[in-house]
Amino acid sequence: MSSEPKFGDYGGQYVPEALMPAVEELTDAYERYVLKNEDGFVDEFRRRLADFGGRPTPLQRADALSERYDREIYLKREDLLHGGAHKLNNALGQVLLAKYMGKDRIVAETGAGQHGTATAMAAAHLDIDCEIYMGRTDINRQRPNVFRMRIHDAAVNPVEMGSGTLKEAINETMRDWATNVEDTHYVIGSIVGPHPFPQMVRDFQSVISEEAREQIREKAGRLPDSVVACAGGGSNTMGAFHEFVDDEAVDLYAVEAGGSGLTIDEENDLAPHSASLSAGEEGVLHGARTKLLQNPDGQILESHSVSAGLDYSGVGPELAHLVDDDRVTPVNVGDDAALEAFHRLSKLEGIIPALESSHALAYLERAARSVADGSSGEQSEPGDDSADELGDLVVVNVSGRGDKDLDTVIEESDARDIDAAPSMEVFNGGE
Amino acid sequence: MASEIEAAFDDDPALISYVAAGDPDAESTKEYVRALVRGGADIVELGLPFSEPIAEGSTIQGAIRRALEAGMTPQTYLDLVADLDVDVPLVCMTYYNLIYQYGDDRGVEPFVAAAAEAGIAGLIVPDLPVDESDPLKEACDAHGLDLIFMVAPTTTDDRLDRMLARASGFVYVQGRLGTTGARSDVSDETHVSLDRLDAADLPKAVGFGISEREHAREIVAGGADGVIVGSAFVDIVASQENVADRLEAKARELKAGAVEGAEKVPEPERT
Ligand SMILES: Cc1ncc(COP(=O)(O)O)c(C=O)c1O
Repeated sequence: MSSEPKFGDYGGQYVPEALMPAVEELTDAYERYVLKNEDGFVDEFRRRLADFGGRPTPLQRADALSERYDREIYLKREDLLHGGAHKLNNALGQVLLAKYMGKDRIVAETGAGQHGTATAMAAAHLDIDCEIYMGRTDINRQRPNVFRMRIHDAAVNPVEMGSGTLKEAINETMRDWATNVEDTHYVIGSIVGPHPFPQMVRDFQSVISEEAREQIREKAGRLPDSVVACAGGGSNTMGAFHEFVDDEAVDLYAVEAGGSGLTIDEENDLAPHSASLSAGEEGVLHGARTKLLQNPDGQILESHSVSAGLDYSGVGPELAHLVDDDRVTPVNVGDDAALEAFHRLSKLEGIIPALESSHALAYLERAARSVADGSSGEQSEPGDDSADELGDLVVVNVSGRGDKDLDTVIEESDARDIDAAPSMEVFNGGE
Repeated sequence: MASEIEAAFDDDPALISYVAAGDPDAESTKEYVRALVRGGADIVELGLPFSEPIAEGSTIQGAIRRALEAGMTPQTYLDLVADLDVDVPLVCMTYYNLIYQYGDDRGVEPFVAAAAEAGIAGLIVPDLPVDESDPLKEACDAHGLDLIFMVAPTTTDDRLDRMLARASGFVYVQGRLGTTGARSDVSDETHVSLDRLDAADLPKAVGFGISEREHAREIVAGGADGVIVGSAFVDIVASQENVADRLEAKARELKAGAVEGAEKVPEPERT
């Protein structure tokens, strides 16, 4: 086994020369420890994922959703992984790898704060110094995660540039890495960045589909007709898809953040969405050739989503490649539909999903709406994705839990008059 | 045959000065470039601003943001360059995506052709390591542009060999790890890198962190053929006070330091 720097035309290593030796050193370590299990790395990783992380996570039949959509719906419960999101699979793998490589410092970017939190947890667990970069906007909308990172003794560095979201946090983490590259490993949080990151992060996350594939065969007696996962950078997405990619009968849906619409504000170089697979163009960002939200000159646009973890102008090169190959279908749902889905799952199934994961659930509502009660996503385009496409047996990846999102959800649900939202009025503004 | 850029190192140690084009507007940039040349700059590196400048420290990030806010685009950049009537080689420093997206079809050729036409003599692309550089190198060769590579303190010997096999114009020696930005000393890494490049047959210019006459002197005394200065000039531009005169004076000071470095016997104060 070895590693390939490109996925078709996508991927590559577009980083400053100062980082290239570190990228080469990492590629070597990835091939030896992760691909060849040198020194028992993979065994230790799996053991820690089980004991510290709580794997395997359940694949749960969603009874109420199955009834609502008149088909079998299964939820892959990554929200039950330690820390509350799939992010630990990757963070634990990379922090452990950094230890094997003899590094003594970890840096990471974070958007929703889930990757930062997972990295801070893994760094505390494995006793290594940790610094997290986070955009100011994200700090304000994901405060609980900022406190969790600090409580795990990680430094949290606010990034004030630009729109203060994930893109700027990645820029700043790359700058730190370029300064401290000799003793520092950059734990990138998704399947983005220069090779080997996209492939390595996917490998760490593939435990999701490895388990889900076994579990669905056990519970339903066959492979699913489709797998649905949200996509920001795309790590939970490829994690949920990877083991199914060769099962050609299994349809794979990557649900991007449609924000408030797929238009582009050219005047201000602003995209009111984060749908780089659906609406992006090929370009080079953060070390890789991939699909990007950019203006015709190649300047990167500011993206938007109500969900911080999906709010990114790029996407993993492997997903871009699988979309061009027609193996993965990119779809998108808007902010309002995601908020509706958040409340729906909370009420019907007793699970509070992350706003990111709510996008996957909102797509389910839209695609399966022929049997739903009519309150489907407002951005549906009639006829483009019918219930038949999802099929009778569907796995949805619940990539994380939504505790971190409560402030945003309560505020936004009120501002947008989200039907499914409970009233919080009596709790507001009391003496 | 030595390129126009290589020839700029012929007489005495070269001062290579950087400003971001369009900070605060295109007209001012022209005035600033002329001032730098009057002060003794032998090569001017003009930044074409990109929205995600990952190799830049906060000073140049600020310049790039101001230039973008003022509306600088690849096209207005090339117009600015075509309008500049200075007598020194101009080098374009930018990021790969802007080069790749220029023109109607994606690919690097249209930008390189247009840059050559406008009067650019070479390119520096900080996010393009040697391993990804084949298409751009080919286009630069076809249009007579130098492609300048950066050698970092972390660059391994085999990478250095690959770079030197393709480099032209000069070798950009990154004086320290990290991002661009003015510092108050010359790093030991600079001396180590210069020693490693002793046998290279291209001129060697050191950048990252140089802001004072004494730095320029020490670096040239240590074996460099030139110094690259950016943030110290950008700070003056950002101050908006008497900019052209101060740029000229700063360039004169740095050039004098570089020349002094060449007069002295090398390595008096190395530790
Ligand atoms: C719960 C959850 N799901 C999904 C994502 C999106 O990341 P990715 O697309 O890499 O899975 C995030 C990112 O923060 C997240 O926290």
